Amino acid sequence: MRRPTVPENLTEPDKQAPTLHNTFPWPKIGDYAIIGDCRSAALVSRQGSIEWLCWPRFDKASIFAAILDRARGGHWHISPVASASITRQYVSDSNVLETHFSTTSGSAVLTDVMTSGFNRFHLKDLIPDHEIIRRVTCVAGEMEFEIDFFPKASYGKSEVEIHPIGKLGLRFFCGAGVYWLRSSVSLAISDRADRVHGRVVLHAGESVHFSFSYSEEAPTVLPPLTELDAPIDRAIEAWRKWGGRANYDGDHRAMVVRSALTLKLLNHSPSGAIIAAPTTSLPERTGGALNWDYRYCWLRDASFTIRALLELGYWEEAEDFLEWMLQATRLTQPKLRILYSLYGDIAPVERELDYLSGYCDSRPVRIGNAARDQLQLDVYGEVIDAAAQFAFHGGHLDRTLQKVLIGLGNYVARNWDQADEGIWEPRSGRQNHTHSRLMCWTAMDRLVRLCEHGDLKSAPAEDYRRNSNAIRDQIERRAWNDRLQSYVSVLDSDELDASLLLLSWYGFAEAKSPRMQSTYRAVRLHLGTPDGLLYRYRTANSEGTFAICSFWEAEYLALGGGSVQEAQELFAHLLKYANDLGLYGEEIDPKTGGTLGNFPQAFTHVGLIGAALSIRQREMGEPQLAHRPPAAHSHTEIKAT
Amino acid sequence: MNWGSWLLSGFLATLALSTLLATVHGLGLTRMNLPYLLGTFFTPEREKAKIYGFVVHLFNGWAFSILYVLIFESRHSATWWFGAMLGLAHALFVLTVGMSLMPGLHPRMASEQHGPTARRQLEPPGFMALHYGFQTPLSVFAAHAVFGAILGALYHLA
Repeated sequence: MRRPTVPENLTEPDKQAPTLHNTFPWPKIGDYAIIGDCRSAALVSRQGSIEWLCWPRFDKASIFAAILDRARGGHWHISPVASASITRQYVSDSNVLETHFSTTSGSAVLTDVMTSGFNRFHLKDLIPDHEIIRRVTCVAGEMEFEIDFFPKASYGKSEVEIHPIGKLGLRFFCGAGVYWLRSSVSLAISDRADRVHGRVVLHAGESVHFSFSYSEEAPTVLPPLTELDAPIDRAIEAWRKWGGRANYDGDHRAMVVRSALTLKLLNHSPSGAIIAAPTTSLPERTGGALNWDYRYCWLRDASFTIRALLELGYWEEAEDFLEWMLQATRLTQPKLRILYSLYGDIAPVERELDYLSGYCDSRPVRIGNAARDQLQLDVYGEVIDAAAQFAFHGGHLDRTLQKVLIGLGNYVARNWDQADEGIWEPRSGRQNHTHSRLMCWTAMDRLVRLCEHGDLKSAPAEDYRRNSNAIRDQIERRAWNDRLQSYVSVLDSDELDASLLLLSWYGFAEAKSPRMQSTYRAVRLHLGTPDGLLYRYRTANSEGTFAICSFWEAEYLALGGGSVQEAQELFAHLLKYANDLGLYGEEIDPKTGGTLGNFPQAFTHVGLIGAALSIRQREMGEPQLAHRPPAAHSHTEIKAT
Repeated sequence: MNWGSWLLSGFLATLALSTLLATVHGLGLTRMNLPYLLGTFFTPEREKAKIYGFVVHLFNGWAFSILYVLIFESRHSATWWFGAMLGLAHALFVLTVGMSLMPGLHPRMASEQHGPTARRQLEPPGFMALHYGFQTPLSVFAAHAVFGAILGALYHLA
């Protein structure tokens, strides 16, 4: 295959103000794509503009944040000057993004990839700590591109000062690190030295490259621009191999693998943590104030995530995540916080960045998360269930881990009857949530089963069994509403929420039991939309439907709440709400079908994988994991060191 | 010359120098990772380079401390403040002469004149190693002053 050549007719760099970026309206949230290196991630708009990037890790301050403020957030834009039709795709099963531009004069492909981190397979070479490579290749005719590089430090607050350093490239310092921009196109620095601009005309077969890197360690690695095709190819190959390992042979495999690849991008590989989403403050209601920072790790996601990873065959990631959970919670055990930073610290205090406009004027933009101080008893059940699933898959729980689990179990046995903030983290006070009771029951139930199977030595199994029965009794008496003929979300109330569908997921109630069947009907009636989506609960503040709840519904049907065909049809319907790349946010706008909330969202992709797995298991006549007897043989050992 | 005293004081001074440079790097006062810089003379592998570089730096420091000791002996005096003065002079030499020669000496270092190549991809340190952060010279001066002061304080004249 002929390698594209570098164009000879580069236009002269000029200092005129860039013309394109300011004319672009806000992209839809679903119009973004994600690229990443398992330590940080960037969001790329359909127009070829990187509008969100935090280096060196997900939860650090941004260097591009146009997603939160078009004027002052910062961006890196590479786009045709002429109006173009645009299509996008990830290169096969990889996280390497291709944006295809077509104009009346020609067509071209912009390739975006973060090359370090996950695919550090070429350790014998010098490789940058963090690097984005962008390559533009004209495939037919000719096309003129504009490049507008406008970094802003500290979430758009500070300007940077860009300097040319001989033939090494353009450099600016920021905090403890240094950024380098290298380009095979001549670029002009603005008079204020805070922006870089250029134009280039490409003809068929010609190609230009850009390398943007960051390092907190000197000497920094500056790969030559002539060598940038090789790391792109290696990245494609490494991602393809990883995606190809997915152990799933059911319908819609491409979407399941895309979800796994997205989860992997949100997996902070140095620590094993999986963040909820790589962004902050993308609104749950456009123009509203439901804007939160999701760049942290919620323990709640644990059991769903572990199950998804284990069943898809990603043992290493599942073990890393389990180990991360045990390490992260070490300082607070047996008490657990609901969310932690990437390395297990308490998530930062929440504060508002009032100088940013927010996405489509959705103020305030927040960093940090105040939910860190909430009490959510469900997290105990989720952590214990994650460990139990690991054991049920054949993993071995060493003595230290057993002690941790017993400590958590004893805490649950003493505290399950408390009110808490619950799964949806309202900031309106504590209540006796059914879902929290369910998860406390799950904790007791799984510990009893681990004891019975001999995975847990010296545990007070009888105590756990007694508490398990007491919780069950309370749920059946006080969480059941005779008038509604449904379980309810808060004890002795008449409120409903979609987490009631999880009563079957965790094995508390059979999906086809009369109580669950009528609960499902009530949930669908009160929380469902005509388009088959589900709200998580009803609220005066309108927000979108909650994407994972719809996948829970599909999974509930697959578990016996409906026919396999009903589950398949709902699942296939839900796939239509993904963006063109197969990505989901937290919520779906019931009016437009568009994406709302932080993006892409791990929880939703975990839900998609879980539903696909349950449907496949139903098709194959296999029991769902929560109801599966423990495996007979140990597969591997996890150590809580 | 007191060989035993040189071995001990040279070793301790070098350990202090390495520890101080690692500390200022960890605190973000400089990006310069000296073991990595030295280790990449021998291997491009990041983690291996840091180990090799640490060993090289240790022996380097030991070797350089001979010069300090010889000067102490020639003056028949070894004090912490004179050692610190020698350290500052040593740092000035490293930052000006040593760093400016680095792109020519280092097999993997690029230069501002020619840019990176397939083999030479490492960012050069620039004058006074300022490319590695504005506070790099201060860090190097401070670390070498401590190096010299420890030598001056611990070395016993023959």
